[in-house]
Parts: sequence; C-alpha cells; structure tokens
Amino acid sequence: MTSIVKPRIAHPALPKNELGLTRRQYEGAMSTLCAGCGHDSVTAAIVEACWGLSLRPEQLAKLSGIGCSSKTTAYFVSGAHGFNAVHGRMPSIATGANAANRELCYVGVSGDGDSLSIGLGQLAHAIRRNVNMLYVIENNGVYGLTKGQFSASADVGTKSKRGEANTQPPVDPVLLALTLGATFVARSFSGDKRQLVPLLQAGMRHQGFALIDVLSPCVTFNDHEGSTKSYAFTREHYHAAVEADFIARAREIAVDYAEGESTVVTMHDGSRVRLRKLDPGYDPSDRVAAYDYIERKFADGEYVTGLIHVADGSASELHAANRTTATPLNRVPYERLSPGAAALGKLMARYR
Amino acid sequence: MPATQPAPDRLNDFVIKFANVNGTGSASANTLIMKAIFRSGVPVVGKNYFPSNIQGLPTWYEIRVSADGHQARGGRVDLMLAMNIETYARDVKEVAPGGFLMYDSTWPRSALLERHDITVLGIPLAKLCNENFDGVRNRVLMKNICYAGALAALVDIDLEIVRALVTEQYAKKPKLADANLKAIELGYRYAREYLPCPLPLRVRRLDRTAGHVLIDGNTAAALGCLYAGATVGAWYPITPSTSLMDAFRGFCERYRVDPATGERNFVVLQAEDELAAIGMVVGASWNGARAFTPTSGPGISLMNEFVGLAYYAEVPCVIFDVQRVGPSTGMPTRTQQCDLLLCAYASHGDTRHVLLFPADPGECFTLAVAAFDLAERLQTPVFVLSDLDIGMNDWMVPELAWDDAYRPDRGKVLSAAEVEQLEKFQRYVDRDGDGIPYRTLPGTSPKAAYFTRGSGHNQSGAYTEDSAEYQQVVDRLTRKFATAATLVPKPVLEGPGNRPVGILSLGSCDGPIREALGELARRGYALDYLRVRGFPFGAEVEAFLAGHERVLVIEQNRDAQLKSLLTLETAVPKHKLHSILHYDGLPLTAQFVTDAVVAALGAGGRRAAAAV
Ligand SMILES: Cc1ncc(C[n+]2csc(CCOP(=O)(O)OP(=O)(O)O)c2C)c(N)n1
Ligand code: SF4
Ligand SMILES: [Mg+2]
Repeated sequence: MTSIVKPRIAHPALPKNELGLTRRQYEGAMSTLCAGCGHDSVTAAIVEACWGLSLRPEQLAKLSGIGCSSKTTAYFVSGAHGFNAVHGRMPSIATGANAANRELCYVGVSGDGDSLSIGLGQLAHAIRRNVNMLYVIENNGVYGLTKGQFSASADVGTKSKRGEANTQPPVDPVLLALTLGATFVARSFSGDKRQLVPLLQAGMRHQGFALIDVLSPCVTFNDHEGSTKSYAFTREHYHAAVEADFIARAREIAVDYAEGESTVVTMHDGSRVRLRKLDPGYDPSDRVAAYDYIERKFADGEYVTGLIHVADGSASELHAANRTTATPLNRVPYERLSPGAAALGKLMARYR
Repeated sequence: MPATQPAPDRLNDFVIKFANVNGTGSASANTLIMKAIFRSGVPVVGKNYFPSNIQGLPTWYEIRVSADGHQARGGRVDLMLAMNIETYARDVKEVAPGGFLMYDSTWPRSALLERHDITVLGIPLAKLCNENFDGVRNRVLMKNICYAGALAALVDIDLEIVRALVTEQYAKKPKLADANLKAIELGYRYAREYLPCPLPLRVRRLDRTAGHVLIDGNTAAALGCLYAGATVGAWYPITPSTSLMDAFRGFCERYRVDPATGERNFVVLQAEDELAAIGMVVGASWNGARAFTPTSGPGISLMNEFVGLAYYAEVPCVIFDVQRVGPSTGMPTRTQQCDLLLCAYASHGDTRHVLLFPADPGECFTLAVAAFDLAERLQTPVFVLSDLDIGMNDWMVPELAWDDAYRPDRGKVLSAAEVEQLEKFQRYVDRDGDGIPYRTLPGTSPKAAYFTRGSGHNQSGAYTEDSAEYQQVVDRLTRKFATAATLVPKPVLEGPGNRPVGILSLGSCDGPIREALGELARRGYALDYLRVRGFPFGAEVEAFLAGHERVLVIEQNRDAQLKSLLTLETAVPKHKLHSILHYDGLPLTAQFVTDAVVAALGAGGRRAAAAV
C-alpha cells in the first residue's frame, strides 16, 4: 500500500486566510487511522489552527516519533517538511532542528507511549532546555499501533479491553511539565475543537516550550466501558478551568469581560490570548497553584483542561539562553564561521 | 655510584617516564618538560596512561625523546621519575638496564631499591618544598615543578627555555609564575650540586621541530569542526572523547562570538544521553546545519537506532568515535581500535557506513573537514574513527594549516528556484546515476516539502509497503555506497608496491609500523605498506590486496576487525591475510610490530619479502 494523496480540488467559494490560502491547502495525505480515532480530530484542529494563523506552509516543520499519533504529521500541511523519527526520540530531532534554524515554527506530535514511556527522558529534557516548539501529546492511555498495551499514562484502575485493571500510577504530562518549569502547559480533548484550536494557536505563538496534552481516544483499543480514556469518560470528567481565545496580532478584542473574569496574555509576536477563568479562584500564571489545583481536582475525580499555566518563556528559551545570533545558523555564511588561515597560524603558537 | 653506563648514543633518544598520583597536578610539570625539549628543536611525543578516576590512583606519563621523530610509544624506560609510593616497586622494575631512577629522598626507601643495574638518584623534594613554600596543596604542586627543574639539569635542558615557558604560561598570574620559577630553580640547583649532571641521556639542541606543533587529536578534530563550519555540536560526556567538545566550545567562544553584540554563531548541546546527542545531530543536519557528535564505543552502541534512520532517510551526520578498550565499559582510559565493525555496520537491517581513519592529530584536523564534506555530499552518516592514543596524547605533527579558498561541499541541496523548475520534487530519485538523490531543506517552499521517514518509502519519499518500490530505494543506496568508495580519502602507500609481502593497517598503527619498517629493512625484510584512510575500500585497496602474495594486517583489537572488513568487502581470498593483533590497551610499539612481522615471515620470509 502506498500513501494516499487527496485530490485537491479548489472550490472558489472556500474561505481564504490572509495569505489567500484555503483550509484545503493546509491538509496533508489521507489519514490511514481507524475511523473515529481521536487523532484525526486533532489533525483537523491543527489544520484549522495553521490556516487561522495564516502560517506560510513552508514555515512549519512537523516532527513526530512512532505510533498511530506520530503518523499524523503526514496528514496535515503537506507543504511543510516533516520528520517521522524513531520511537520516543522526536524531542532530540526537534532540539537539533531548532538549533539549526530558530525561525521556523516547530510542531511535534507524539503519543503517550512515545512521550511518556520510551521517550520520557527526551521529553523531560526538551522541556528543561525550553526548546521553542509546540509539543502535542495525543493521549489515549494505550499503545495503539502495537494493539492496545497500557502506556505510562494509563490511570490506576482503568481497564484494558480484555478486562485487566492497570495498577501502576500514571505519568501525567501536565504535572511533569509544571514540575520542570514549562511556561505553557495545557490540556484538552480531541472532541473539543472550540477549546483545542485556540490552544494550538497560542502554543505555536508561545516563545518557548509549549505542551498540550490532548485526550484523544483510541476507538479500537481503549474506548470501552471501564476505560478512563474513552470518549464517554472524557466527556463526563474533563472540565475546563480556563478558556482561551486566541487573538491574532492585528485583530481587536471584540467582547469585554468584567474585571477579574478575564486576563489577556500578549504573546511574543504581539498576538494575544484572552483567558476566561471558569473557576474564579484559579490563577494560571501561578505554577505552584496550578499544580495544586490539578491534584485537588483529580482527587475529586475531575481532570482539569484549558490553558493551565502560562508565563513568559522567552528569557530561558534555548537560543535566548545561548545568545545565538538572530540569523538561523543554517544560513550564517561560511565566511563568518571560519576564523581563516591567519588565525590558525596565530593559534598554532599555543602548541609550541 | 652508577653501575652500568647506558650506551653513549642515548643523546636525543631516550624515554622519561613519570609515575605520579592522579589529581596532584603533575600534568603541568610533565608537559613543561616535554615542551622544553620540543623547543630545544628535538622531536618528542607524550603518552599519558591514566586511570578512570579523579584523585588518588596511579597515573603515568611518558615522554619519548626521538631525534628521528618517531611518534610511537618507546616501549622502554630510560629514566623513571618515581613519585608514587604505591607503584614504586613496579616502577623500579620497569627501568631498562643501565637506566636511571629518581625518587623523593625525603623519606628513606632502602628496602625497595634493589636493582644494581640502574642508577638511583635521590632528591628530597618534599623537604625542599616544605622549607620554601606554604600551604599543603601548594607544596604538593610545587614538588612537581621542583622535579621538573631537577630533570632539566639531569638531561641538560636549557634552563632559559624552561623559564620562558613558565613565564608564558602564567603571564596573567605573576605570583604563580614567581612560585613556579622558584621551584624550578630549587630543583635545578639541587641536582647540579648533588647529582651527576648531566646524565648520558641528554638533550642536545637540534633544529627538527620547526614548523611543527605538539597537539592532541581531539583538539585538532575540534579545529577541523570549527573550520569546516560546524554550527551545532551535541554530545554526552565520555572519555576519551570529551575533550573534543571541550575544545570545540573553547574555540567557538574565541572565534564565533560577535565582540560587539556577544551573539554566538554556534550551539553546543549537552544531551541527556547519546541517543539524544545523535538525534540532535540528525535534526540539525536535516535542517541544513553542519552538526556533529563526539563519543566513544558505548555511545555508538546507544546511537545505533538513529544511525540506521539517518542511513535510510539519507540525513548527513558526522560522528567522532574516539575508541577506547571494550567490550562493555571496558578500560575507559586505555586505547584500542575495537569499533571498526560496530561502526561499519551500525544499526539494524542492511546498513553500511562511511568510515574515516585518521593516523595522527594532523589527520584528525583534515579528516574532520573531509567528514562534513562527505556526509553532505553523500547524505549519510560518516564516522571518524580516532582512538584514545591519538585523541588524548600530544603528538608532534606539522603545524595545522588552512586554505582560505576552502568552501564547504554542501552536496545536492535544491533551492526554491531550482525546485520551481521541476515538474515535481522527488526526494529519493537518482537523477545523476551516482546513487545520490537531491534534498531540500525545511523552510524552502511548499513544492520542496517532503516527509522524512525511517519507514518504507518510495522514490518520492511517500510511505510504501510495496516490495518493488522499497527495493528500488535500497538498491540505490548500494549504488551510493559504491560512489562513496570513490570519494573517501585514498590510502597511503609506502614502498614500491610490487614487493611480494605487504603490510596493511590503519589509524594509530602508522607510527609504530613506519618505525618498524626501518628496523625490518635493516634486518633484510623489505615490505610494502598500505595505510587505509577510508571505508568503503576503494580500487587502490583492491589492487594492493591483489598485487601481494601475502598481506599482514596489523590492528589494535582482539578479533581482527579490519581483516574481517577486508574479507567481507573486497575480493581478497582469506588465506592471503595474516593478522598481527595488539590489544592490551597500551599504544602499539615498533618493537611489537618488528617481532610479529619476523615471527610471521620467519627466516625464509626474509628472502620472500625482499625478493623483488
Ligand atoms: C524501538 C522501538 N520499540 C518498539 C516499537 C514498537 N512501537 C511502535 S508504536 C509503539 C507504541 C506507540 O504508542 P503511542 O505513542 O501511545 O502511540 P499511539 O499508537 O497510541 O497513538 C510501539 C511500542 C518501535 N517502533 N520502536
Ligand atoms: S489503533 Fe487506536 S490510536 Fe491507532 S488509529 Fe486505531 S483508534 Fe487510533
Ligand atoms: Mg497512545
């Protein structure tokens, strides 16, 4: 079987973004995932987010590991370069790629097995390095591609399709990211496009590492009764603490909310995210409080969603910390990289 | 006093060995002596035998003084500086008959001084330093400098040269310079007064180091990376490769920082492990930067999965393997050439890689540059296989020189305009018949975009599980590897090439082999010698193997890995090859080579080898 190319028939009536491109021009190859797989909805949300941002397709670099989720980078923005790396190691590819060219927009898509089992180390260290990228985990609690084994995000007590209960505590990527000092941490649900799209857009515009844990049910291996990552369970137990609207740079904020109810966070490129707190006691700028809030809600059987934590990540971002030149390293002319023959001649004195 | 006098011809031809305790600051004293001899115009080489430890274990440093410029380990000790009580007994034993031993006579050590065929020289170093310096740490440090002063008197090094070196080294710390000069003076004067200076082991000024430097291979390789225009380095620390990245970072801080803005033209990433280090290199190279990672055997083991991906997805990357003794953690601070097969076939599935084999620091510099050009030209991983002996020891090599006309070979990279000319961009099509496809960099244009994947892909880069499509791609990779054989650096032939017996070797075996060839010739054995510098082997290697009745393959590992590679990758019949293997962890010596060649060829072999 070869990959399936979608026929690209441009309908004159399709809406266009600032670049004059339609949503179709942000699509990729035809998905080969199971019908109803949560991952396909995330793909659709990414297409929507990129279109809405008027991102030039070639400005995007799509990175992934291995898994059903990691396949999805082929299913959006075919005008962007993609890299389907090895299992669990996408963060290192992203780090190297970002080091080489700081100008592109890096979007990594991974799975819970890819990121929290085999790739936990690389994920943690990419967060620590504050690599400027959006990192999406399509979290279904199982290894889809290898047919349904529990992954490291499986909740205690959740049941496999064959009825066994998981006994090991899960790794929660949101808590992990908060612990490691990530400056953009969100959780969402593949079925909630209204919540997900602005989060993706804000994450792409965030300067620094942005993590979005997206509950994305596996209809084939983990959508049964007794699973805590099924569509039904997710709809019932996942609740937003904060709602986010993404406002592109040039746009006006349309509706005003009462003081205290909404906060506006300005992103690095001048775009803004307006946060509406659904729980008045919640403060997304306070990392420690956010951590505490999630834990407390979890004890009540509730999963917090929305933009859980956001702070300025620009100072500790990889290149800012390194003081890398503004020109992407892959474009610095060779003449500026070689110290030249004379300098080498001088240096040789050290070794005499 | 002295028992047997050494032969008088030990002028500019002897070995000094320093037995120290690591972590006591002996390295600077030993380097000082070596540099002073070098500045006297007399060729030297330094070999460091150090433990995998930070403080308190024995460590040895060997300086070979060789008017003829031999770079191999000497294999004998003429003058031992026995500064470590723990190893004193074995250090005494190691001195060659007629040789000398100097020790700290502050404390008596009579029971151990049992050799009558060597001259024992005592100098009360601790006492001298305790009387003249304050502070425990300072006294320990100055003891080393003090013996360097005594040594200068004993082997007749011009004190002015030593003084100049100290003054240069501490140009910015005048207090330290004064203390060091005082310690030198103390040792020098004591030796002149109480010891038989100068010894028959003497340094006499020559003019044979002009145009040369004393440099280690890791520093030279780092300079190669700098001059090749590498901008991204990723690594996880491991002996004996760590100093390569330390040096690269140091050079970058000096030459790649904008003095006005402080902005840097490089990124050095200390990865969490070697899996991440190679991933970063693959990511950066995929994105068009020149990127590299230095490591050693255990690191290569961890990198295997990514190396296979880079091979199949055709992403350039440069990997330095500064080899150390294996298997497993092995002896981390000892040398070997034991990763040849590991690197040649790294990763699962049908993979074969380009390898380069520098023989000394000079080649670490030039082959580092070649590695980047080849990696980008061939769009594949390239391994530079150095070893601990080359990487961490100071060798005397011609000054590294640079041609400002050099421009990196970025290989077949299409620009947006070039892609625009095509009907369709196809990542993995062989347009030129050399097996090398065209690539594009992220950010070029939507038409230039493709999907990089390790899973089955067809010529366009699209996912496939179709047998014919898959095979088309891997068959082209075989053709690409054949192209690589024509591009890797040519082997170096020594001798007329038509002698019946030849030696074939690589890397750091070169010095000992060249030295041995002289001795063998004197004994009537005339052999050709081919040093391979790259893998896949080219036509010259095939011709050498075909043109000799017998080929002695010399290498530093137990399992004859080079010989295995030759039998696997050339047409040579196995029975033609005879292995000479050295794998005790110490650098090869000329004596070992000579003995092994003589043993292999026997007396009849002398005629066979000579008959031309
Ligand atoms: C080194 C290695 N080990 C094992 C595998 C097999 N494997 C492929 S995908 C996968 C799990 C993927 O799980 P997840 O990341 O959660 O993705 P999902 O399929 O659930 O979206 C495994 C174990 C592999 N590809 N590579
Ligand atoms: S197996 Fe599960 S995760 Fe994989 S495509 Fe099917 S539904 Fe999606
Ligand atoms: Mg999963």
